[in-house]
Amino acid sequence: MSTQLCTRTEIDPRGPRFGGTITTIVLAVALITAGSTLSTVLVAWQAVVFGLGAIVGLYAQPYGIVYRRIIGPRLAPPVALEDAAPPRFAQAVGLVFMTVALLSIALGATAVASVAIGLALAAAFLNAAFDFCLGCEMYLLGKRALVQ
Amino acid sequence: MTGIVILCVALVAATAFGLWRRATDGRMHDVRPVPDADDAPPGQLHIADRGEHGGDVLTAAALGTSVLGSRATFVQFSSAFCAPCRATRVVLADVAATNPGVVHVDIDAESHLDLVRALHIRRTPTVLVLDARGVIRQRASGATRKADALHALDALNEP
Repeated sequence: MSTQLCTRTEIDPRGPRFGGTITTIVLAVALITAGSTLSTVLVAWQAVVFGLGAIVGLYAQPYGIVYRRIIGPRLAPPVALEDAAPPRFAQAVGLVFMTVALLSIALGATAVASVAIGLALAAAFLNAAFDFCLGCEMYLLGKRALVQ
Repeated sequence: MTGIVILCVALVAATAFGLWRRATDGRMHDVRPVPDADDAPPGQLHIADRGEHGGDVLTAAALGTSVLGSRATFVQFSSAFCAPCRATRVVLADVAATNPGVVHVDIDAESHLDLVRALHIRRTPTVLVLDARGVIRQRASGATRKADALHALDALNEP
């Protein structure tokens, strides 16, 4: 006997992990070059990527498109599909960190920007290396704290 | 320079956290000492009834289900943004289907925040293993493996 939650859009779970890998690399370069124009451009680009994934949908997320068009077709079919809602929520969390980073850069607070980038990088790395969604874990804690 | 330090700290911390989670996820822990038997029939006790029974007790009503399992009930707390919840759901539904007297109840954590707070649920999936009387006997956070679920069933019979 099992009570099911409602059905949702499904995706190949390797897509978000590929995206997490690219995100980790992009943000690592942004950290190494912190304070430069290149760093700002990379953070802005990553903000756009997260924004597309979170607001429009995972099908519009650039790294997801690369995975579906180029990587996925060359791999064996996925063993199981996964719900699209958790990775999409993670994109929204990433967008928040990138927004904080961009605002900090605009205000000249490079160190604060680097911390925000570092937190997003840690989350993306956990996703890529361990298939672990940090933003998803924070969701229930956030609900517990905010909803009476 | 600060950026490179933050990069290294982020990678080391994330790796340590990931390895720790990989080692502990889904592992069942004993919740309380086994309470005295026959002091209460199933389905008659209150939510999170502490004390005299020696452990927290959940009722079918508190869980919003019709009946508890005559042998065991797996209570799974899930949320919408939770990939391992799905894998856990498949495992526990299978264990419930193939073991007589075992029931799997999947609870949406967001819409049961009172229960979530009373039971100190911090992550999804969190799985509670109830015995026939609804006493919470074991608990695991993170994706549950079938072997761990079956082992938890066996452990219910131990004194």
